[in-house]
Amino acid sequence: MTGQTISEKILSAKSGGSALAGDVVVCDVDLVLGTDASAPMAIGYFERMGGTRVHDASRVVFALDHYAPPSSAATKGFHDQVRAFAKKHGVRVFEVGEGISHQIAVERGLVRPGMLVVGADSHTVTCGAVNAFATGVGSSDLAAAMLTGQLWFRVPQTIRVVLDGARPPGTSAKDVALTLVSTLGAGGAEYRALEFTGPAARDFSFDDRLVLSNLAVEAGAKAAVWHPDAVLDAHVAGFVSDRGEPVSPDVGARYARELVVDLASIGPTVALPHAPNNVVPIARVPDTPIHMVFLGTCTGGRVADYHEALAVLERGGGQLAAGVQLVVTPASSEVERQLAADGTLVKLARMGATITMPGCGACCGTSGVIPGDGMNVLSTANRNFKARMGNATASIYLASPAACAAAALTGRITDPRSPA
Amino acid sequence: MTNHRGRARRLGDDVNTDYIIASRRKKETLDENILKQYLLEAVDPAFAATVRAGDILVAGTNFGCGSAMEVAATVVLAAGIPIVLAGSFARSFYRNAINNGLLPIECDTSDIREGDTIALSIEPSGTTIVNERTGGRETRAPLGGIAGDILAAGGLVSYLQREGRFVR
Repeated sequence: MTGQTISEKILSAKSGGSALAGDVVVCDVDLVLGTDASAPMAIGYFERMGGTRVHDASRVVFALDHYAPPSSAATKGFHDQVRAFAKKHGVRVFEVGEGISHQIAVERGLVRPGMLVVGADSHTVTCGAVNAFATGVGSSDLAAAMLTGQLWFRVPQTIRVVLDGARPPGTSAKDVALTLVSTLGAGGAEYRALEFTGPAARDFSFDDRLVLSNLAVEAGAKAAVWHPDAVLDAHVAGFVSDRGEPVSPDVGARYARELVVDLASIGPTVALPHAPNNVVPIARVPDTPIHMVFLGTCTGGRVADYHEALAVLERGGGQLAAGVQLVVTPASSEVERQLAADGTLVKLARMGATITMPGCGACCGTSGVIPGDGMNVLSTANRNFKARMGNATASIYLASPAACAAAALTGRITDPRSPA
Repeated sequence: MTNHRGRARRLGDDVNTDYIIASRRKKETLDENILKQYLLEAVDPAFAATVRAGDILVAGTNFGCGSAMEVAATVVLAAGIPIVLAGSFARSFYRNAINNGLLPIECDTSDIREGDTIALSIEPSGTTIVNERTGGRETRAPLGGIAGDILAAGGLVSYLQREGRFVR
Protein backbone atom coordinates (compact mmCIF):
# COMPACT_ATOMS: atom_id res chain seq x y z
CA MET A 1 0.00 0.00 0.00
CA THR A 2 0.95 3.65 -0.18
CA GLY A 3 3.18 5.10 2.48
CA GLN A 4 1.62 7.02 5.34
CA THR A 5 2.20 10.42 6.88
CA ILE A 6 2.67 10.76 10.63
CA SER A 7 -0.99 11.78 11.04
CA GLU A 8 -2.18 8.82 8.97
CA LYS A 9 -0.02 6.48 11.06
CA ILE A 10 -1.19 7.78 14.43
CA LEU A 11 -4.87 7.85 13.45
CA SER A 12 -4.48 4.32 11.99
CA ALA A 13 -2.92 3.01 15.16
CA LYS A 14 -5.58 4.59 17.38
CA SER A 15 -8.46 3.34 15.20
CA GLY A 16 -7.09 -0.17 14.80
CA GLY A 17 -7.06 0.01 11.03
CA SER A 18 -5.11 1.42 8.15
CA ALA A 19 -6.26 4.90 7.26
CA LEU A 20 -5.33 7.40 4.61
CA ALA A 21 -6.27 11.05 4.15
CA GLY A 22 -10.00 11.44 3.59
CA ASP A 23 -10.98 8.32 5.55
CA VAL A 24 -13.28 8.73 8.53
CA VAL A 25 -12.06 6.87 11.62
CA VAL A 26 -13.16 6.37 15.22
CA CYS A 27 -10.11 6.57 17.47
CA ASP A 28 -9.25 5.79 21.07
CA VAL A 29 -8.04 9.06 22.56
CA ASP A 30 -4.93 8.94 24.75
CA LEU A 31 -5.28 12.30 26.48
CA VAL A 32 -8.27 14.61 26.87
CA LEU A 33 -7.65 18.20 28.00
CA GLY A 34 -10.33 20.57 29.26
CA THR A 35 -10.11 24.10 30.63
CA ASP A 36 -12.21 26.34 32.84
CA ALA A 37 -13.38 28.01 29.62
CA SER A 38 -14.53 24.78 27.93
CA ALA A 39 -15.14 22.14 30.62
CA PRO A 40 -18.21 23.80 32.20
CA MET A 41 -20.11 23.54 28.91
CA ALA A 42 -18.71 20.02 28.39
CA ILE A 43 -20.07 18.95 31.76
CA GLY A 44 -23.51 20.11 30.61
CA TYR A 45 -23.25 18.09 27.38
CA PHE A 46 -21.91 15.06 29.30
CA GLU A 47 -24.91 15.07 31.59
CA ARG A 48 -27.40 15.57 28.76
CA MET A 49 -25.77 12.65 26.92
CA GLY A 50 -26.73 10.56 29.94
CA GLY A 51 -23.17 10.31 31.20
CA THR A 52 -22.81 8.81 34.67
CA ARG A 53 -19.13 7.90 34.55
CA VAL A 54 -16.05 9.03 32.68
CA HIS A 55 -14.79 6.22 30.45
CA ASP A 56 -11.19 6.46 31.66
CA ALA A 57 -10.61 9.29 34.12
CA SER A 58 -6.84 8.67 34.07
CA ARG A 59 -6.77 10.04 30.52
CA VAL A 60 -8.64 13.24 31.34
CA VAL A 61 -7.11 16.43 32.75
CA PHE A 62 -8.65 19.82 33.50
CA ALA A 63 -6.64 23.04 33.87
CA LEU A 64 -8.07 26.20 35.42
CA ASP A 65 -6.14 28.56 33.16
CA HIS A 66 -8.41 31.08 31.42
CA TYR A 67 -9.80 32.67 34.57
CA ALA A 68 -6.65 32.75 36.68
CA PRO A 69 -7.45 34.20 39.10
CA PRO A 70 -11.24 34.34 38.82
CA SER A 71 -12.33 37.97 38.70
CA SER A 72 -16.08 37.48 39.12
CA ALA A 73 -18.67 35.33 40.79
CA ALA A 74 -19.41 33.69 37.44
CA THR A 75 -15.82 32.60 36.80
CA LYS A 76 -15.42 31.38 40.38
CA GLY A 77 -18.61 29.41 39.78
CA PHE A 78 -17.12 27.77 36.66
CA HIS A 79 -14.09 26.72 38.72
CA ASP A 80 -16.23 25.21 41.45
CA GLN A 81 -18.33 23.37 38.88
CA VAL A 82 -15.20 21.89 37.26
CA ARG A 83 -13.71 20.92 40.64
CA ALA A 84 -16.93 19.20 41.73
CA PHE A 85 -17.22 17.20 38.50
CA ALA A 86 -13.54 16.25 38.67
CA LYS A 87 -13.84 15.09 42.27
CA LYS A 88 -16.92 13.00 41.52
CA HIS A 89 -15.32 11.32 38.50
CA GLY A 90 -11.69 11.11 39.63
CA VAL A 91 -10.36 13.56 37.04
CA ARG A 92 -7.12 15.39 37.77
CA VAL A 93 -7.37 19.17 38.07
CA PHE A 94 -4.48 21.56 37.62
CA GLU A 95 -5.48 24.41 39.86
CA VAL A 96 -5.62 28.16 39.35
CA GLY A 97 -2.03 29.36 38.92
CA GLU A 98 -0.57 26.04 37.75
CA GLY A 99 -0.65 27.12 34.13
CA ILE A 100 -2.07 26.67 30.66
CA SER A 101 -3.49 23.23 29.82
CA HIS A 102 -1.25 22.30 26.88
CA GLN A 103 1.83 23.82 28.53
CA ILE A 104 1.25 21.69 31.63
CA ALA A 105 0.52 18.61 29.51
CA VAL A 106 3.83 18.98 27.70
CA GLU A 107 6.13 19.99 30.54
CA ARG A 108 4.83 17.31 32.92
CA GLY A 109 5.27 14.59 30.32
CA LEU A 110 1.56 13.82 29.94
CA VAL A 111 2.04 14.07 26.16
CA ARG A 112 4.27 11.38 24.70
CA PRO A 113 5.37 10.65 21.13
CA GLY A 114 2.75 8.83 19.06
CA MET A 115 -0.19 9.90 21.21
CA LEU A 116 -3.58 11.15 20.09
CA VAL A 117 -4.43 14.22 22.17
CA VAL A 118 -7.64 16.24 22.04
CA GLY A 119 -8.19 19.42 23.97
CA ALA A 120 -11.10 21.80 24.18
CA ASP A 121 -8.78 24.67 23.38
CA SER A 122 -7.65 25.41 19.83
CA HIS A 123 -4.03 25.77 20.90
CA THR A 124 -3.88 22.09 21.85
CA VAL A 125 -1.97 21.79 18.53
CA THR A 126 1.03 23.00 20.56
CA CYS A 127 1.50 19.41 21.76
CA GLY A 128 2.50 18.41 18.20
CA ALA A 129 6.05 19.39 19.15
CA VAL A 130 6.15 16.08 21.06
CA ASN A 131 5.50 14.12 17.83
CA ALA A 132 1.87 13.60 18.90
CA PHE A 133 -1.30 14.19 16.88
CA ALA A 134 -2.93 16.90 18.97
CA THR A 135 -5.97 18.88 17.96
CA GLY A 136 -8.50 21.32 19.36
CA VAL A 137 -12.20 20.49 19.72
CA GLY A 138 -15.27 22.08 21.25
CA SER A 139 -17.02 21.25 24.49
CA SER A 140 -19.44 18.68 23.03
CA ASP A 141 -16.59 16.66 21.53
CA LEU A 142 -14.77 16.95 24.86
CA ALA A 143 -17.86 15.51 26.54
CA ALA A 144 -18.07 12.69 24.00
CA ALA A 145 -14.40 11.82 24.49
CA MET A 146 -14.90 11.72 28.27
CA LEU A 147 -18.02 9.57 27.92
CA THR A 148 -16.84 7.08 25.29
CA GLY A 149 -13.04 7.33 25.36
CA GLN A 150 -13.24 7.88 21.62
CA LEU A 151 -13.75 10.53 18.98
CA TRP A 152 -14.31 10.46 15.22
CA PHE A 153 -11.93 12.13 12.79
CA ARG A 154 -11.58 12.68 9.11
CA VAL A 155 -7.95 11.83 8.45
CA PRO A 156 -6.33 15.04 7.19
CA GLN A 157 -4.05 15.58 4.27
CA THR A 158 -0.64 16.83 5.31
CA ILE A 159 1.46 19.80 4.28
CA ARG A 160 5.13 18.99 4.64
CA VAL A 161 6.97 22.02 6.01
CA VAL A 162 10.68 21.82 5.24
CA LEU A 163 12.85 24.09 7.38
CA ASP A 164 15.92 24.97 5.39
CA GLY A 165 18.86 27.32 5.64
CA ALA A 166 20.51 29.18 8.48
CA ARG A 167 18.32 31.19 10.81
CA PRO A 168 19.98 34.60 11.20
CA PRO A 169 20.96 35.76 14.69
CA GLY A 170 18.14 37.88 16.06
CA THR A 171 15.43 35.87 14.29
CA SER A 172 13.35 34.08 16.89
CA ALA A 173 11.04 31.09 16.53
CA LYS A 174 8.11 33.52 16.74
CA ASP A 175 9.34 35.32 13.62
CA VAL A 176 9.52 32.02 11.75
CA ALA A 177 6.05 31.03 12.99
CA LEU A 178 4.45 34.35 12.02
CA THR A 179 6.09 34.15 8.61
CA LEU A 180 4.74 30.64 8.14
CA VAL A 181 1.20 31.73 9.07
CA SER A 182 1.49 34.64 6.65
CA THR A 183 2.76 32.38 3.86
CA LEU A 184 -0.01 29.83 4.37
CA GLY A 185 -2.74 32.42 4.97
CA ALA A 186 -5.45 32.37 7.64
CA GLY A 187 -7.13 29.32 6.12
CA GLY A 188 -4.16 27.95 4.20
CA ALA A 189 -3.92 24.79 6.29
CA GLU A 190 -7.68 24.36 6.80
CA TYR A 191 -8.62 20.67 7.38
CA ARG A 192 -4.94 19.78 7.02
CA ALA A 193 -2.09 18.75 9.26
CA LEU A 194 1.43 20.12 9.12
CA GLU A 195 4.57 18.01 9.45
CA PHE A 196 7.74 19.88 10.42
CA THR A 197 11.02 18.52 9.12
CA GLY A 198 14.02 19.58 7.04
CA PRO A 199 17.76 20.08 7.38
CA ALA A 200 17.33 23.04 9.76
CA ALA A 201 14.79 21.31 12.05
CA ARG A 202 17.63 20.30 14.36
CA ASP A 203 18.35 23.99 14.97
CA PHE A 204 14.92 24.41 16.55
CA SER A 205 14.95 23.77 20.28
CA PHE A 206 12.03 21.98 21.87
CA ASP A 207 10.62 25.33 23.03
CA ASP A 208 11.01 26.73 19.50
CA ARG A 209 8.95 23.79 18.23
CA LEU A 210 6.16 24.54 20.66
CA VAL A 211 5.96 28.06 19.18
CA LEU A 212 5.68 26.82 15.58
CA SER A 213 3.11 24.14 16.43
CA ASN A 214 1.13 26.64 18.52
CA LEU A 215 0.80 29.22 15.75
CA ALA A 216 -0.04 26.61 13.10
CA VAL A 217 -3.70 26.79 14.13
CA GLU A 218 -3.72 30.45 13.03
CA ALA A 219 -3.38 29.04 9.50
CA GLY A 220 -6.19 26.59 10.30
CA ALA A 221 -4.02 23.50 10.83
CA LYS A 222 -5.73 20.55 12.47
CA ALA A 223 -2.43 19.31 13.88
CA ALA A 224 1.21 20.36 13.62
CA VAL A 225 3.50 17.39 14.21
CA TRP A 226 7.28 17.41 14.35
CA HIS A 227 9.37 14.54 13.04
CA PRO A 228 11.18 12.62 15.78
CA ASP A 229 14.87 13.40 16.24
CA ALA A 230 17.55 14.03 18.85
CA VAL A 231 15.73 17.11 20.18
CA LEU A 232 12.65 15.00 20.86
CA ASP A 233 14.83 12.27 22.39
CA ALA A 234 16.28 14.82 24.80
CA HIS A 235 12.80 16.02 25.77
CA VAL A 236 11.51 12.52 26.58
CA ALA A 237 14.75 11.38 28.21
CA GLY A 238 13.51 12.67 31.53
CA PHE A 239 10.22 10.76 31.39
CA VAL A 240 10.14 8.19 34.16
CA SER A 241 8.04 5.30 32.97
CA ASP A 242 6.90 5.66 29.37
CA ARG A 243 8.76 7.52 26.66
CA GLY A 244 6.11 6.85 24.03
CA GLU A 245 6.58 5.50 20.53
CA PRO A 246 8.00 8.05 18.09
CA VAL A 247 6.35 8.01 14.67
CA SER A 248 8.11 8.82 11.41
CA PRO A 249 6.39 9.09 8.04
CA ASP A 250 6.87 6.28 5.52
CA VAL A 251 9.00 6.75 2.46
CA GLY A 252 6.40 7.36 -0.24
CA ALA A 253 3.89 9.05 2.06
CA ARG A 254 1.66 11.37 0.07
CA TYR A 255 1.57 15.06 0.91
CA ALA A 256 -0.90 17.72 -0.18
CA ARG A 257 2.04 20.01 -0.78
CA GLU A 258 5.54 20.76 0.34
CA LEU A 259 6.42 24.18 1.67
CA VAL A 260 10.11 25.06 1.95
CA VAL A 261 10.80 27.73 4.55
CA ASP A 262 14.00 29.60 3.76
CA LEU A 263 15.11 30.63 7.23
CA ALA A 264 17.91 32.87 5.97
CA SER A 265 15.28 35.23 4.51
CA ILE A 266 13.38 35.69 7.79
CA GLY A 267 14.10 38.56 10.16
CA PRO A 268 12.12 40.14 12.98
CA THR A 269 8.46 40.44 11.99
CA VAL A 270 5.25 41.92 13.35
CA ALA A 271 1.63 40.87 12.86
CA LEU A 272 -0.37 44.07 12.48
CA PRO A 273 -3.95 44.47 13.71
CA HIS A 274 -6.29 42.63 13.45
CA ALA A 275 -5.13 39.24 12.13
CA PRO A 276 -2.16 36.97 12.93
CA ASN A 277 -1.46 36.46 9.22
CA ASN A 278 -1.19 40.22 8.63
CA VAL A 279 2.58 39.99 8.91
CA VAL A 280 5.28 42.43 7.78
CA PRO A 281 9.02 42.72 8.41
CA ILE A 282 9.58 44.98 11.40
CA ALA A 283 11.47 47.50 9.25
CA ARG A 284 8.29 48.10 7.24
CA VAL A 285 6.08 48.81 10.25
CA PRO A 286 5.16 52.52 10.36
CA ASP A 287 6.28 54.40 13.45
CA THR A 288 3.90 53.06 16.09
CA PRO A 289 3.72 54.05 19.76
CA ILE A 290 3.24 51.16 22.18
CA HIS A 291 1.44 51.56 25.51
CA MET A 292 1.40 48.01 26.83
CA VAL A 293 3.80 45.13 26.31
CA PHE A 294 2.58 41.62 27.14
CA LEU A 295 5.10 38.81 27.69
CA GLY A 296 3.19 35.59 28.17
CA THR A 297 0.78 32.94 26.80
CA CYS A 298 1.19 29.47 25.32
CA THR A 299 3.14 31.06 22.46
CA GLY A 300 5.57 33.31 24.29
CA GLY A 301 5.39 32.58 28.01
CA ARG A 302 8.16 30.03 28.47
CA VAL A 303 11.58 30.33 30.12
CA ALA A 304 13.47 30.80 26.84
CA ASP A 305 11.06 33.61 25.87
CA TYR A 306 11.76 35.56 29.07
CA HIS A 307 15.50 35.03 28.69
CA GLU A 308 15.26 36.38 25.13
CA ALA A 309 13.32 39.42 26.36
CA LEU A 310 15.55 40.03 29.37
CA ALA A 311 18.70 40.00 27.24
CA VAL A 312 17.28 42.82 25.10
CA LEU A 313 16.06 44.75 28.14
CA GLU A 314 19.44 44.51 29.91
CA ARG A 315 21.41 45.35 26.78
CA GLY A 316 19.29 48.49 26.43
CA GLY A 317 19.82 49.58 30.03
CA GLY A 318 16.68 48.15 31.59
CA GLN A 319 14.80 51.45 31.78
CA LEU A 320 11.22 51.08 30.57
CA ALA A 321 9.92 53.92 28.42
CA ALA A 322 7.63 56.34 30.21
CA GLY A 323 4.01 55.31 29.95
CA VAL A 324 4.68 51.71 28.92
CA GLN A 325 3.12 49.01 31.05
CA LEU A 326 5.08 45.74 30.91
CA VAL A 327 2.95 42.72 31.87
CA VAL A 328 4.57 39.34 32.57
CA THR A 329 2.44 36.19 32.82
CA PRO A 330 4.40 32.92 32.85
CA ALA A 331 2.72 30.05 31.00
CA SER A 332 2.94 27.78 34.04
CA SER A 333 4.02 27.58 37.65
CA GLU A 334 7.02 25.52 36.53
CA VAL A 335 8.09 28.36 34.22
CA GLU A 336 7.54 30.80 37.09
CA ARG A 337 9.61 28.61 39.44
CA GLN A 338 12.55 28.48 37.02
CA LEU A 339 12.40 32.23 36.38
CA ALA A 340 12.34 32.89 40.11
CA ALA A 341 15.27 30.55 40.68
CA ASP A 342 17.48 32.10 38.01
CA GLY A 343 16.69 35.68 39.00
CA THR A 344 14.77 36.65 35.87
CA LEU A 345 11.56 37.51 37.67
CA VAL A 346 13.16 39.81 40.19
CA LYS A 347 15.06 41.60 37.45
CA LEU A 348 11.85 42.16 35.49
CA ALA A 349 10.05 43.29 38.62
CA ARG A 350 12.80 45.81 39.44
CA MET A 351 12.39 47.26 35.96
CA GLY A 352 8.76 47.86 36.80
CA ALA A 353 7.04 44.88 35.22
CA THR A 354 3.64 43.80 36.49
CA ILE A 355 4.06 40.09 37.20
CA THR A 356 0.84 38.10 37.31
CA MET A 357 -0.22 34.59 38.20
CA PRO A 358 0.60 31.92 35.55
CA GLY A 359 -2.17 31.14 33.07
CA CYS A 360 -3.67 32.60 29.90
CA GLY A 361 -3.50 36.08 31.43
CA ALA A 362 -4.43 39.04 29.26
CA CYS A 363 -4.41 37.07 25.97
CA CYS A 364 -8.17 36.81 25.49
CA GLY A 365 -9.59 39.36 27.87
CA THR A 366 -10.63 36.74 30.41
CA SER A 367 -8.21 37.65 33.18
CA GLY A 368 -5.34 39.96 33.91
CA VAL A 369 -4.78 43.40 32.49
CA ILE A 370 -7.34 44.78 30.00
CA PRO A 371 -5.91 47.46 27.69
CA GLY A 372 -7.43 50.91 27.86
CA ASP A 373 -9.29 52.72 25.09
CA GLY A 374 -7.19 53.35 22.00
CA MET A 375 -4.10 51.67 23.44
CA ASN A 376 -1.56 49.89 21.25
CA VAL A 377 -0.36 46.58 22.65
CA LEU A 378 2.69 44.61 21.54
CA SER A 379 2.33 41.00 22.62
CA THR A 380 4.06 37.62 22.43
CA ALA A 381 0.63 35.97 22.05
CA ASN A 382 -0.88 34.28 19.03
CA ARG A 383 -4.08 36.23 18.27
CA ASN A 384 -4.63 39.93 17.67
CA PHE A 385 -8.26 39.93 16.61
CA LYS A 386 -10.13 43.14 17.35
CA ALA A 387 -11.36 43.08 20.97
CA ARG A 388 -9.38 39.90 21.65
CA MET A 389 -7.89 41.34 24.85
CA GLY A 390 -11.21 42.72 26.02
CA ASN A 391 -11.28 46.20 24.47
CA ALA A 392 -12.47 46.70 20.89
CA THR A 393 -10.73 50.08 20.63
CA ALA A 394 -7.28 48.69 21.44
CA SER A 395 -4.93 47.62 18.64
CA ILE A 396 -2.88 44.46 19.17
CA TYR A 397 0.43 43.80 17.44
CA LEU A 398 2.19 40.42 17.71
CA ALA A 399 5.94 39.89 17.75
CA SER A 400 8.82 37.96 19.32
CA PRO A 401 9.83 38.36 22.96
CA ALA A 402 12.91 40.31 21.77
CA ALA A 403 10.83 42.77 19.75
CA CYS A 404 8.39 43.17 22.64
CA ALA A 405 11.28 43.93 24.97
CA ALA A 406 12.73 46.48 22.54
CA ALA A 407 9.35 48.27 22.44
CA ALA A 408 9.21 48.31 26.23
CA LEU A 409 12.48 50.27 26.19
CA THR A 410 11.57 52.74 23.46
CA GLY A 411 7.78 52.97 23.71
CA ARG A 412 7.56 52.31 19.97
CA ILE A 413 7.78 49.29 17.71
CA THR A 414 11.54 48.86 17.40
CA ASP A 415 13.81 46.40 15.64
CA PRO A 416 15.31 44.36 18.51
CA ARG A 417 18.59 44.05 16.62
CA SER A 418 19.14 47.80 16.91
CA PRO A 419 17.65 49.08 20.17
CA ALA A 420 17.73 52.77 20.80
CA MET B 1 -36.91 16.38 3.65
CA THR B 2 -37.11 20.05 4.66
CA ASN B 3 -37.09 23.39 2.97
CA HIS B 4 -35.92 26.67 4.33
CA ARG B 5 -36.24 30.18 2.95
CA GLY B 6 -34.43 33.00 4.68
CA ARG B 7 -32.68 36.32 4.41
CA ALA B 8 -28.93 36.34 3.79
CA ARG B 9 -26.78 38.11 6.37
CA ARG B 10 -23.54 38.73 4.56
CA LEU B 11 -20.13 38.39 6.23
CA GLY B 12 -16.60 38.34 4.84
CA ASP B 13 -13.67 35.92 4.96
CA ASP B 14 -11.88 34.70 8.11
CA VAL B 15 -14.63 35.61 10.59
CA ASN B 16 -13.15 34.22 13.80
CA THR B 17 -15.10 32.86 16.76
CA ASP B 18 -14.06 35.82 18.94
CA TYR B 19 -15.97 37.98 16.46
CA ILE B 20 -19.00 35.68 16.60
CA ILE B 21 -18.98 35.96 20.39
CA ALA B 22 -16.21 37.57 22.44
CA SER B 23 -14.35 35.50 25.05
CA ARG B 24 -14.92 38.28 27.57
CA ARG B 25 -18.71 37.88 27.14
CA LYS B 26 -18.73 34.18 27.84
CA LYS B 27 -16.80 34.63 31.05
CA GLU B 28 -19.94 36.10 32.58
CA THR B 29 -22.43 33.49 31.37
CA LEU B 30 -22.73 30.50 29.03
CA ASP B 31 -26.45 31.15 28.52
CA GLU B 32 -26.77 31.57 24.76
CA ASN B 33 -30.07 33.40 25.17
CA ILE B 34 -28.19 36.17 26.99
CA LEU B 35 -25.06 35.97 24.85
CA LYS B 36 -27.04 36.32 21.62
CA GLN B 37 -27.39 40.07 22.18
CA TYR B 38 -23.62 40.30 21.55
CA LEU B 39 -23.64 38.17 18.37
CA LEU B 40 -20.98 39.43 15.93
CA GLU B 41 -20.58 42.68 17.88
CA ALA B 42 -16.95 43.03 16.79
CA VAL B 43 -18.08 43.04 13.15
CA ASP B 44 -21.10 45.29 13.73
CA PRO B 45 -22.36 46.32 17.18
CA ALA B 46 -25.88 46.70 15.73
CA PHE B 47 -25.94 43.26 14.12
CA ALA B 48 -27.67 41.30 16.88
CA ALA B 49 -30.60 43.69 17.06
CA THR B 50 -31.31 43.27 13.34
CA VAL B 51 -31.38 39.45 13.30
CA ARG B 52 -34.74 37.88 12.49
CA ALA B 53 -35.56 34.25 13.18
CA GLY B 54 -34.81 32.25 10.06
CA ASP B 55 -31.98 34.48 8.83
CA ILE B 56 -29.07 32.69 7.18
CA LEU B 57 -25.44 33.62 7.83
CA VAL B 58 -23.50 33.82 4.59
CA ALA B 59 -19.73 34.03 4.85
CA GLY B 60 -16.65 33.77 2.70
CA THR B 61 -13.87 31.33 3.43
CA ASN B 62 -12.54 30.03 6.77
CA PHE B 63 -15.66 30.88 8.78
CA GLY B 64 -15.29 30.25 12.51
CA CYS B 65 -11.50 30.28 12.66
CA GLY B 66 -9.60 30.86 15.88
CA SER B 67 -10.83 29.58 19.21
CA ALA B 68 -12.76 26.29 19.31
CA MET B 69 -15.26 27.75 21.79
CA GLU B 70 -18.63 26.12 21.32
CA VAL B 71 -20.75 29.14 22.27
CA ALA B 72 -19.84 30.43 18.80
CA ALA B 73 -22.23 27.79 17.44
CA THR B 74 -24.89 27.81 20.18
CA VAL B 75 -25.24 31.61 20.13
CA VAL B 76 -25.94 31.57 16.37
CA LEU B 77 -28.70 29.01 16.90
CA ALA B 78 -30.10 30.93 19.87
CA ALA B 79 -30.38 34.03 17.69
CA GLY B 80 -32.73 32.05 15.44
CA ILE B 81 -30.22 31.37 12.65
CA PRO B 82 -30.47 27.69 11.63
CA ILE B 83 -28.03 27.61 8.68
CA VAL B 84 -24.59 28.99 7.84
CA LEU B 85 -23.37 29.07 4.24
CA ALA B 86 -19.65 29.60 3.72
CA GLY B 87 -17.00 29.07 1.10
CA SER B 88 -15.22 27.01 3.74
CA PHE B 89 -15.30 26.49 7.50
CA ALA B 90 -12.67 26.19 10.17
CA ARG B 91 -12.88 22.56 11.29
CA SER B 92 -13.58 23.22 14.97
CA PHE B 93 -16.54 25.48 14.18
CA TYR B 94 -17.78 22.95 11.62
CA ARG B 95 -17.80 20.16 14.20
CA ASN B 96 -19.39 22.35 16.85
CA ALA B 97 -22.14 23.38 14.42
CA ILE B 98 -22.99 19.79 13.51
CA ASN B 99 -22.86 18.70 17.15
CA ASN B 100 -25.51 21.29 18.03
CA GLY B 101 -27.75 20.88 14.99
CA LEU B 102 -26.67 24.10 13.27
CA LEU B 103 -26.44 23.26 9.57
CA PRO B 104 -23.11 24.29 7.98
CA ILE B 105 -23.10 24.18 4.18
CA GLU B 106 -19.94 24.64 2.14
CA CYS B 107 -20.84 26.31 -1.14
CA ASP B 108 -19.92 29.17 -3.44
CA THR B 109 -21.18 32.27 -1.64
CA SER B 110 -19.41 34.85 -3.79
CA ASP B 111 -22.59 36.13 -5.51
CA ILE B 112 -24.76 36.32 -2.39
CA ARG B 113 -25.38 39.82 -1.04
CA GLU B 114 -26.77 41.13 2.22
CA GLY B 115 -30.55 40.77 2.18
CA ASP B 116 -30.80 38.27 -0.67
CA THR B 117 -33.50 35.67 -0.19
CA ILE B 118 -31.99 32.20 -0.14
CA ALA B 119 -34.16 29.12 -0.62
CA LEU B 120 -32.77 25.75 0.45
CA SER B 121 -34.16 22.38 -0.39
CA ILE B 122 -32.63 19.83 1.94
CA GLU B 123 -33.13 16.30 0.65
CA PRO B 124 -31.43 12.98 1.38
CA SER B 125 -29.94 13.17 -2.11
CA GLY B 126 -28.39 16.57 -1.49
CA THR B 127 -29.02 20.18 -0.64
CA THR B 128 -29.92 22.73 -3.31
CA ILE B 129 -29.23 26.37 -2.57
CA VAL B 130 -31.04 28.96 -4.70
CA ASN B 131 -30.42 32.70 -4.63
CA GLU B 132 -33.82 34.14 -5.59
CA ARG B 133 -32.31 37.48 -6.65
CA THR B 134 -29.81 36.08 -9.14
CA GLY B 135 -31.34 32.71 -9.88
CA GLY B 136 -27.99 31.21 -8.96
CA ARG B 137 -28.34 27.57 -7.96
CA GLU B 138 -25.92 25.05 -6.48
CA THR B 139 -26.47 21.49 -5.31
CA ARG B 140 -24.22 20.02 -2.67
CA ALA B 141 -23.86 16.34 -1.84
CA PRO B 142 -25.36 15.35 1.52
CA LEU B 143 -23.04 15.20 4.49
CA GLY B 144 -22.11 11.53 4.79
CA GLY B 145 -20.64 9.31 7.44
CA ILE B 146 -20.72 9.97 11.14
CA ALA B 147 -21.10 13.72 10.68
CA GLY B 148 -24.23 13.13 8.61
CA ASP B 149 -25.59 10.73 11.21
CA ILE B 150 -24.98 13.25 14.02
CA LEU B 151 -26.69 16.00 12.07
CA ALA B 152 -29.62 13.71 11.20
CA ALA B 153 -29.98 12.85 14.89
CA GLY B 154 -30.27 16.56 15.66
CA GLY B 155 -26.86 16.83 17.30
CA LEU B 156 -24.26 14.94 19.29
CA VAL B 157 -26.32 14.70 22.50
CA SER B 158 -29.19 12.87 20.84
CA TYR B 159 -26.79 10.81 18.69
CA LEU B 160 -24.90 9.50 21.73
CA GLN B 161 -28.11 9.04 23.74
CA ARG B 162 -29.24 6.71 20.98
CA GLU B 163 -25.98 5.02 19.97
CA GLY B 164 -23.95 5.17 23.17
CA ARG B 165 -20.76 5.48 21.12
CA PHE B 166 -19.51 6.56 17.69
CA VAL B 167 -20.63 4.06 15.06
CA ARG B 168 -18.76 4.09 11.77
